[in-house]
Order: sequence, then C-alpha cells, then structure tokens
Amino acid sequence: MKKLSVVLTVLACCAMFLAAGPVSAKKFKVAMVTDVGGVNDQSFNQSAWEGHKRAKDELGVKIAYKESKQDADYAPNMETLTDAGYDLIWGIGFLMGDAIKNTALINPDQKYAIIDFAYGDETPKNVGCAVFQEEQPSFLVGYIAGKMTKTNKVGFVGGIKFPLIEKFEYGYMAGVKLANPDCEVLSQYAESFTDAAKGKAIANNMYQQNADIVFHASGGVGDGVIEAAKEKGKWAIGVDKDQNFLAPDNVLTSAMKRVDNAVFDMIRQMTEGKFKGGQAVVYNLSNDGVGIAPTSSKHVPKAILDEVDALVAKIKGGQITVPATKKEYDAFVK
Amino acid sequence: MTLNREYLKEVFLKGPLGLTVISVVLGFVVGAVVLLIAGFNPIEAYMAILRGIFSKPKYMSYVIIYATPLIMTGLSVAFALRTGLFNIGAEGQFIVGAMVAAMAGYFIHLPMLLHVPVCILLAASAASVWGGLAGYIKARFGVHEVISTIMLNWIALYLSNWSVTLKSFGKQGTGKSYVIQETARVDLFGQWKITEAGIDFIRSHRFWGDILKSPVNVGIIFAIILAFVMWYILNKTTLGYELRAVGYNPHAAEYGGINVNRSIITSMVISGAFAGTAGALQVMGVSHRIAKLAAMEGYGFDGIAVSLIGNNTGIGSVFAGVLFGALKYGGSKIQDAVGAPTEVINIVVGTIILFIAMPKLIRMILQARNKKG
Amino acid sequence: MNSIDFSHKAVEMVDVVKKFGDFTANDRINLTVHKGEVHALLGENGAGKTTLMNVLYGLYQPTEGAVRINGKPLSVKDPNVAIKNGIGMVHQHFMLVEPFTVTQNIILGNETTKMLGMIDIKKAESEIAALSERYGLAVDPKAVIQDLSVGAQQRVEILKTLYRGAQILILDEPTAVLTPQEIQELVGIIHNLTREGKSIIIITHKLKEIKQVADFCTIIRRGKHIDTVEVDQVTEEDLASKMVGREVSFKVEKDPQPQGDRILEIRDLVVEDSRGIPAVNGLNLDLYKGEILGIAGVDGNGQTELIEALTGLRPAKSGQALVREKEITNLTPGKIIQQHGISHIPEDRQKRGLIFEFDIAENLILENYATEAFSKGFTLDFKRIYRNADQLIEKFDIRPQNSKLAAKALSGGNQQKMIIAREVANDPDILIAAQPTRGLDVGAIEYVHKALVDQRNQGKAVLLISFELDEVINVSDRIAVIYEGKIVGIIDAHDADEKEIGLMMAGGTA
Repeated sequence: MKKLSVVLTVLACCAMFLAAGPVSAKKFKVAMVTDVGGVNDQSFNQSAWEGHKRAKDELGVKIAYKESKQDADYAPNMETLTDAGYDLIWGIGFLMGDAIKNTALINPDQKYAIIDFAYGDETPKNVGCAVFQEEQPSFLVGYIAGKMTKTNKVGFVGGIKFPLIEKFEYGYMAGVKLANPDCEVLSQYAESFTDAAKGKAIANNMYQQNADIVFHASGGVGDGVIEAAKEKGKWAIGVDKDQNFLAPDNVLTSAMKRVDNAVFDMIRQMTEGKFKGGQAVVYNLSNDGVGIAPTSSKHVPKAILDEVDALVAKIKGGQITVPATKKEYDAFVK
Repeated sequence: MTLNREYLKEVFLKGPLGLTVISVVLGFVVGAVVLLIAGFNPIEAYMAILRGIFSKPKYMSYVIIYATPLIMTGLSVAFALRTGLFNIGAEGQFIVGAMVAAMAGYFIHLPMLLHVPVCILLAASAASVWGGLAGYIKARFGVHEVISTIMLNWIALYLSNWSVTLKSFGKQGTGKSYVIQETARVDLFGQWKITEAGIDFIRSHRFWGDILKSPVNVGIIFAIILAFVMWYILNKTTLGYELRAVGYNPHAAEYGGINVNRSIITSMVISGAFAGTAGALQVMGVSHRIAKLAAMEGYGFDGIAVSLIGNNTGIGSVFAGVLFGALKYGGSKIQDAVGAPTEVINIVVGTIILFIAMPKLIRMILQARNKKG
Repeated sequence: MNSIDFSHKAVEMVDVVKKFGDFTANDRINLTVHKGEVHALLGENGAGKTTLMNVLYGLYQPTEGAVRINGKPLSVKDPNVAIKNGIGMVHQHFMLVEPFTVTQNIILGNETTKMLGMIDIKKAESEIAALSERYGLAVDPKAVIQDLSVGAQQRVEILKTLYRGAQILILDEPTAVLTPQEIQELVGIIHNLTREGKSIIIITHKLKEIKQVADFCTIIRRGKHIDTVEVDQVTEEDLASKMVGREVSFKVEKDPQPQGDRILEIRDLVVEDSRGIPAVNGLNLDLYKGEILGIAGVDGNGQTELIEALTGLRPAKSGQALVREKEITNLTPGKIIQQHGISHIPEDRQKRGLIFEFDIAENLILENYATEAFSKGFTLDFKRIYRNADQLIEKFDIRPQNSKLAAKALSGGNQQKMIIAREVANDPDILIAAQPTRGLDVGAIEYVHKALVDQRNQGKAVLLISFELDEVINVSDRIAVIYEGKIVGIIDAHDADEKEIGLMMAGGTA
C-alpha cells in the first residue's frame, strides 16, 4: 500500500514537471489593488479580477489581489505588492491615480497599470493607462430605452457625480433623444457607490413618476435599482458587466465596459514584452472595449437591435461622435 | 521570588492587563480556527502577517501611520466613556476635523510654524462643536448621545462630500479636494521625496530610504501627547474630577453641586476635539486632501474597539491603537500572500473585543487553570 | 413563644467556615433552627450574617463545615438545590420585574404550562390567591408590581418562596424598607407562617424587632459566633452589647439649650414629585439655630421632595424657602452649599451621597474640589486632598483607615461616617440629615446621633428627617409631623407622646 502511494506520488510529480516545464520559461506574476468597493462588487473591480482570472487560464500567469478598505490603503497596498515582486501591478479605478504615480516614481523598474485614469503628458514611463469611452455603450442603451419606453419617460441613476459617471449620463441621454426626441430623462445621483437601499429608493421614486426604464451607472447602488425593477415589474439597464443574471426578466440590456478585456489585453502585451507604458490606451467600440450585453436579444426586438448595429457602425466610422460632457451633449441635441 | 510571582499573578488575575492579553491570544486562536475551516494554513497566514509587519522598516512605519488616527479616535471614545458617555460620533467628528483641516490647509496662507497649529486648532474646534452639539442635545432635550451622534455622523459625511463639490475647494472631476499647502503638512520630506535627489536617496539608503517610502509624519507624537493630555485632564484637574464624578454617578455629582448638563457638553466637546485632531493629522500627514466618501471609513468606529481594548485609558489606547494598526495593516497582507480573505482579521479583532467584554469568562478560565496548577 | 417543635431540627449549620482569600467572613459558626421557630441573626454590618445565609441558600460554598436540612446532610451547590429542599430567601433588594403582575413574577422560572407550552396563568392565579389568603398576605395576584407599595412587594417576595414550597424562609433585613404599620403587618405574617410550621431566619440589626418577633437569637461579631440566646431571657441592651462588644447607650445625651435665632423659614412651599403631583403642598416651617428639628412622618408624605427642594435638587413649584431672609428656592445645589451654608446627609447615600469608584479622599471633597482648599487654578492639590482625608478619617473614625480605598469597599456604616465627615467638615449653618441611620447597626447609630447633637451644641441648626419615630423623639428638640405634604403639628420633644404623634402621622388630629 505504502509502496503504491510512493510510486503514484513520483508519477504525479513527473507528470506535473513535464506538463509545466516546456510551456513557459518564465512564470509571470500579476496582481491588482481594488478600490474600496472590494473584489466582489458586481462591478468593475470584479470585472478586472475576471480579466486576471482569464489571464491565469489562458496565459498561465500567477495572480493575486489586495482589497482596499479606505482611501488611505491605496498607497500602502501598492507598496506591499511592489515589495512582493509582481511583474505588473494594477490599480483598479481612478481614485488610485495619485497613489500609483507616487509609487511608480520611486520604483521606476516596476510596471504598473491603472484603469479609468490618464495622466496625459505626465504619464510615468512605467505606468500603462486603460481608459474607456463609456459614453458609447451608454448611447446605445439610451437608444434602446428611447425606442422601447411606453411612457415617454426614462431614468438614470448615477453613483457619485464624477465626470467619469457623467460620460454615462450624457451618452445615455443623447441616445434616448436620438431615438425619441419627446422622451423625458429623469436623472439623479445617489452620492454613493455602495448604498443599495438608496439606489432602490431612487429607482422606486422614478418608477412612481411613471418612468418605465432606468439605467444605472452606480456600482453597488445599482443592485437596489435592479431590485426595484424586479419588484415593480419594470425595466432596468445594467452597467459594466452583463447584469441580466441579477434579474433575468427585468434587466433589458447592459452597457458593458469590458474592464476584463482591457486588463487581459494589457497583461498579454506585458507577457509578450510589449508593455505600453507612458501612455493611455483608449478602449471603445472599435476595439471591443465597450458594447451592449449579448443577452439584449432576449428582450429587445430584433428590429431595434439592427438599428443599434447600424449606430455602432456609424460611431466606429466617425459619422457620430457621442457626447461625453454636458457641453457636448447640449451641442449634440441642438 | 515567590513574592514577585504572587504579585504578578495578582495583577494578571485581577487587573485588566491579563484579561486583555488572554483576549488577544484567544482572538488569534479563534481566527486560526476560522482559517483552518476556510482551508488555509493558519501558521502560514500568521507568519505572513508577522512578516508583513516586521520584515521591513517601512512596514513598521506603516503600522505606526495606521495606528496614529486610531489612537486618537480611541482616546476620543475613551474620554467620553470615562465620563459616562458613549461617543459613537468619533467617526463624524473625525470627518469634520479632516474637512476643516483640509480647508484651512488649502485656503489659509501662513508660515509653517503658524499654519500647522492653526489647522489643528480649527479642525479640533470644529469637531468640538460637532461633539458638543450631541452633548447639548442630550443635556437640553435628553436625547441619548448614541442616537444623536449616529445622526451627526451621516450629516458630517454628506457635509464633507458636499464641500468637495464646491468649485473653490474641490478639484472638479476628481471627487477630491485640492491638496493643502506645504506649510500645513506634518509629514517628513514629503516634497523632497519625489524630487530626483529624494528618489536617489531612497534608492541608495536601505533603511532610511525604505522608511521614507511610507508617508512618515509626526502624527504619532501628537497622539502620544494627547494620551497624556487625556490622563492629565481626567486625573489631575478639577474639570476631570467633575467629569469623572458625573460619569460614575450623576446623582451624586448633582448633589455635590456639579452642573451635570454642563459636564456632559464639556465632555463631548473634548471628546470631539480628540477625534477632530485625528482627522486633521490624517489630512496633514498622510492624505493632504479629502475625498468624497462612498461610505464611512471607520476611523471612529475602530476607535471604539481601540478604547475597549485599551481599557479606556490614555496609555491603553496608545498600545491598543498600535495593536489595531498592526492588525489592520499587517492583517491585510494575508490576502495576497496566502489568498485568505482579510475578513479573518476582522473576526480576530471582533473576538478579542468579545472576550474583553466577557471578563468573567476569562477569569473563570484563569482560575480553572490556577486550580489545576 | 411560637409553637416550636423542638424535636425537629429544620436547619443545622455546624462549624461553618467561609473564607474569601485571606479574609474569614464566617469562622466556625453554629446555627440551629427548629420547626416553627423564628430565629434572628444579629450582627453589625459586615459581621458575616449575609454571608452565612448565602452559604445556606447555596450562593456560596462553605470552606469548611456542614449543613443539614431536616436532619439530612446537604451540599447546597446552588439556589436551585436550596429551593428544592424547601429553603426560600427574601432579599433586602427585591428581585421583581416591575411591569409584570404579581402572578407573572411569582411563576417566573417556574411556569406551569398547558398544552403547547402555553402558560396556565389562571391556575397559577387561583393558587396564589389561596396561598395569600392562608397566610394573610393580602396580595392581589393580578396587580402590577410597580403599582404596589414596598410592603406589598415584600409580601410578593414571601409568596414567591411559599409558592415554590419553602419550609424555611430567610428574610434579609426585612424591615429596613418598611413603614411602622407595614412592620406590624409583617410581624403578623411571620406569626401566621410559624403557626403553619414554617421556620424563619431573620437577618437584622434592629433589636426592637427581635424582641417583638424572634424566639431565639444568634449573635455574630466579626465572623465569629458570639452567643445564641433565648430572646425572652435578655434585654435589648444585652443584645446590643453582645453585638458591638461593648456597652451601648440608647439614650441620646443632650443638655437643654435655649433656642437661637431663626435661620430657615419655609413659606407655603409647593413641590411636585416626578409624576407632577404636588408632594409638598403648602408647607410652612421655621428652623432655629441650636436646635434639632425632627420631621416625623410615614414615608411618601413629601419628605423626600421637601429635602430635595431645600438642597436645590428639585425645583419648587411655588412658595419660598429663606435662609437668613435670603431666598434659596430654585438655586443650584452648588450655590446652596457654598453660599448659604446648607449641608445635606442624603436619604439614599449610595445614589446621592457618594461615588463608589472614587476613593475616600475623593469622596470627601465632592462639594469642595474646586475651592482653594483643594485646588490650585485648574489642578487638584492632591497633597492637601489626602491630608484632609487622613485628618477626617482619624477624627470620624472611618474604617479601614486608608484614604485611597474606593468607597464601594466600605461598609454601610463607614460610608455614612464618610458622608457625615464631609458634611460636618463643611462647617454648615444648617445640616439636613435625611434618614441618617437607615441600615446602620447600633454602634453606628449611636455615633451618628452624637454627631448630630454635636452640631446642635455648636449652635448649628439641624433638620432631621426619619421614618423611625423612636429616633425622632430621642434626638430632636422639637418635632414637626408631616402628613400629605403639610406640617400638621409641632410638638416639644419633652412632651412627646408616641401614640399622639403616631395618630398625627396617620392623618388624625392631635
């Protein structure tokens, strides 16, 4: 019996050695620091972690994450991961902009990357930035909402009024107006990315005011928005990920921001020795960095989806520039 | 020798120290069990924590930096508790202190020697008002301070978030305020560190360079001074006598001619000042600005735990704050090192507090052991 | 003499020793109680009476010695074992849930249930009513505890033990909280109980009651068994000297003294109680220097509110109180103490009079911590604070003589000495003493009375409020009887007739 187990162990070891040996000469290590939302935020931290997991599966890199509980954790978390000797360290979210820059300056040999933040000309050579044109998918879901509303009234729930979230808001509003110039858009910010109860209250209020579709760009707050839609039998539109699984009968579509794709993309470039430091990479419809959820076809009629496809082509072709700020929006609707 | 041992036994069995030590040990034991159940090796995890605290000078420096605000919010809670009040509002007072310090640090232009004290003073005063308000509401309308301070916490949070939206104070589009003037900062070599000379120094000096990688600041000195101030006020002054009397027995204090209502307000004012100073020093030493808060950051709530572990004393809060800072900073390292969730550290802390709150149980354990031995 | 069955030893405690660390609370104490006997346990505060009874009731384990119940050796590990063996205890501080009814309180932890775990309250009520009738307890099973008088609450506690089948009842200081009428009722109840064959142990230090109700008396001093006597064979003085260990005088010695100037004048004073009902209702009274004015009355006739109004602890609704022609109504306690020279020995010494956690020295400066005597600017002057404490401890014989000891570590008598020391050291013009001897043993009472007379002899005015008529008659120069918030008569103590005053206290006319 004992002999057998020894033999088996030896065999297993050999097999592992053989399997692991030839695939990669060097095993890369990648880690990420979440923002205060944590790794299970149903939103972009989670999406970023999914990108890491895909990199682990497809590229064989070793991955880890470290959660931040408060603002003051960003810098020390960066330090900790830097000391641990990762090949690439991600900061998830623009809140980490300062922390990454300071750490990057002191550790010029270490590669960093950040989501949703660009330093412009001051980007350190060892930092790669991934930014998104969130207004584009918002525009598309706005168009769907404008076409599908029966009450001529739709809603938007934002997290905290950052320009980043305003990109969602104005892209969405432009889409609605294009589809249905008479449609009214109710817009409100929850001043939080975590308070689901507040999201629910705001959405309920909008439904009571006779809105029938509410789009949210508010992280964890959106859980409440979707719950309100489910209870009231109305439509909600998800964000960042395909959120249809949260309420299959009530999530109409989702404005996807493929943080996972961007993360995977940059990790792959790094493993191939083509890390793009010192600049920002823009993710949009053209490089599949954003889009609408594949489950949209469940509830959205094909005719409308065809129109959306046409819009996508126009945006890619540059015939339509989707507004991302109030100024651009005002010009757009004129 | 025997006398000494007897004495030690006495202190350990009857005093709060033994209770605390046992509670801390039990906390780690329970944490280990949780780790085991979750499928992680507790020894490995705890080694990761120890390495994460002690293996580099920078880490120890970070522990101190994490501990600094917790010591002060701990003092805030402890001061109130010693005078019979439960200040849940240290959180809000911290936020108000941070906000006012950030404003004073940004708007006011003064030489450093004046600017730093002015910022701290303004922040502490504002937080005093915040705490004193809860005291006033209790004294005047009999509303329990737990209720009013919880409300004031939220008001503080939203007030602070609103202030960041002001064009003159908040940097538009970042969700953060402008950074404070250099003359209002209490961290050491903050600007020089990111100059070329500074980066060179950091890269060439192993010990000091490593320490400088963390935002070293003088906050801890303030925290220790405040711990002394608390001890002094409570034990050496007539004010402290009044406050303690009211805390222990308001009926007797009233009988003795002490104005109980005024004492409640005074106590909350001082408690608020401690928490406000914590917020101010966090801004002036570490963050240099405030940011929109998505939720309470928990400095004040952690202060409650620090105060309890520290037996509501000044010196106790200092040690408990360092312990808590170490757990918070070092504890998070089990996440990337062994992949275990940091929640385990929260369980450890929670268990420590639970055991401290059950002194009888601990004494029973101690005495049972004694009988056998 | 009750109908005692001497052949039946209900309780035997033999050579019981109980040690707490190095401290021996009970040192070889023997106690035998027969069926149908009332046995008093007499001793000073801290002599070890309550400890002994807690051993019997199972709250403490004896270090040595044996306990036998009805002749059977018994190891009483906890109160449940005691209750099962027919021992019931009525504590000095009642253990009742105030918003519950009598029945709910009595069956608490012992509920009889119907189907599906429903409490059979009807059955319990009728059982309790029957028990109440049998022993003459006059308790309504449906009444809510907080509506009952203290005496009735005590009877509920007695009922509780009976309901659980008690044959041996321990009553811990049962009369400490009762009015004279209620004490008489209690005596009647005790007789009813012994007639039914119950044995009763009374913990007390009131000699008069022992003489009135007990058959035998065991005296304990400093943890040691001094004597067991047949009550009929001894005098109160014998009992007192056995208890204290020296001769005790009951008579308060004081020489006649001419009345001085009027110092306190109360005119039409109205004070409301916490419920907003006028408890002091148009009261008039004058107090003169060099006299002790005793206020006699049954508890709850406005005494508490009167004192609180005079000391600034409760607002006066209308009327005036003047000290040396200066109004003091509705001033703060601090002003009254510091500027008008009123000192106050409070009724509830643990609630008002001291701070448990403070040491003796700190308690001794409760009113004067901020004066020049004990502080410099904002800081306390600990040298002087402890010197002051050492002097007062010496002068007023506070024990143990350790100024750094927390007040909670003192016995009741020494706590009271500490309060008196503080109040007298203030050198007041008026000393208000509210129930100054409540819960104290004979030795301490003697001491307190002497202190009051001392103040009077120095020309101070003393206002004494007590529910013990003996005390009022013994100590006072003049006696004012309070009834329903008014003074209904003032009598010279020389001519005082207990019956007459008792009648006035009950609202009759003299």
